[in-house]
Amino acid sequence: MATLHTIAMTVNGQTYEGKLEARVTLADFLRHYCDLTGTHVGCEHGVCGACTIHVDGRAVRSCTMYAVQADGSTVKTVEGLARDDQQMHPVQEAFREFNGLQCGFCTPGMQMTIAAYLEENANHSERELRELISGNICRCTGYQGIVKAGLRAAERLREEQN
Amino acid sequence: MKPAAFEYHRPASLVEALNMLASLDDAKILAGGQSLGPMLNFRYVMPENLIDINRLTDLQGIHFESDGSVRIAAMTRQYQIEQNDQLHERLPIFREALRWVGHYATRNRGTIGGSLSHLDPAAELPGLCALLDAQLSIKTEAGERLLSIHDWTVGFMQPGIEEQELLTDIIIHPWAEPHGFSFLEMSRQHGAFAIAGVACLLAVDDKNLISKAAISLIGVANGAVRLRDAENQLLGQSFSHDLAEGVSQIIDELDAPADAHHSGVFRKRTAKTLCVRALHQAHTQAIQRRSH
Repeated sequence: MATLHTIAMTVNGQTYEGKLEARVTLADFLRHYCDLTGTHVGCEHGVCGACTIHVDGRAVRSCTMYAVQADGSTVKTVEGLARDDQQMHPVQEAFREFNGLQCGFCTPGMQMTIAAYLEENANHSERELRELISGNICRCTGYQGIVKAGLRAAERLREEQN
Repeated sequence: MKPAAFEYHRPASLVEALNMLASLDDAKILAGGQSLGPMLNFRYVMPENLIDINRLTDLQGIHFESDGSVRIAAMTRQYQIEQNDQLHERLPIFREALRWVGHYATRNRGTIGGSLSHLDPAAELPGLCALLDAQLSIKTEAGERLLSIHDWTVGFMQPGIEEQELLTDIIIHPWAEPHGFSFLEMSRQHGAFAIAGVACLLAVDDKNLISKAAISLIGVANGAVRLRDAENQLLGQSFSHDLAEGVSQIIDELDAPADAHHSGVFRKRTAKTLCVRALHQAHTQAIQRRSH
């Protein structure tokens, strides 16, 4: 058996520790060690985008990163996206408003991707937003609701910034 | 899909990383992991040892040297290259091409050194480095050597680097004269590997004759290819659509790979169309920049 590594990271404001082999992906660490199953695992090779989370403020695929690599990092998953118990994130609000989801499998990755992108710059065009979500596969919605939700969320974030 | 077990090593310095490369058997460097990660998960590769160089901060950064060259450290992430305004001023083709590299989230991890070392024939960054005649700095415990990008590809997805060597920097000398550029690509969906792509730089003299040209193709050979003959044919000429079409015919002579989706012939036809368009764009821009 390969060496076990003791790691610790902050996920959604809470510290999680684990003792694991280096081959455990960050996605599997979140799901199986932290019981945070909001992060979905689709293709496991960086194509579908379902496992997208934020590591140290940037959107990344948690299936192509190993948990041991995130030792000491600050991680945010969809469980930590809402502003608080009372208020969802503008991206989540907009997904509800425009039916940006059907089965919900791609939703955590979609929302984490769009949230990071818009928080970096809320002035992206529709074309840029479509280009963005080309990195996340959805097999139900046909994407239109997701695009509309993304545009509305951008509008909200711009209003907040002004 | 889960990777086979491996031993994980995280060197604290470049010296330590080079030492590990020299002493560990069956070791692979883990850069951004956006290609190696999937290959590990698929168990296409099952190295005994993985050396993670993600925390070596001296391998990150874009440096503007006093001799006018730009040195991009190998572990500089693709998003950092895309977002660097100073680089955008000097080499605007990078931002244009990086839009096509994977996706937003993969560019947050993926690195330029990783792209060059993985060396997918359709990858954009090796194509840009070939276009710009990049020099690669390669280090071992014993020292450093400089290698031209044109000597980098030795086979299909095979860079000319020894087991104990590490690619540490990419050095580019941007053209001094005003010039136009173009980067065009065709793929089945955004972020997918290119069927074909063209990168091109063009400069014109005070009589609007072409004074310098570089054309690099991706997706149509084992690695990025420069169209030297086409470039030479452009020199001293006045630009026209017929000229662009004429020099692009040389693409027919390439031995383009076929896959389940696209024949080699289709790739070449795509490349030819893109090449003509890219030359038009670069030429229009070259004229504009010259008159400024």
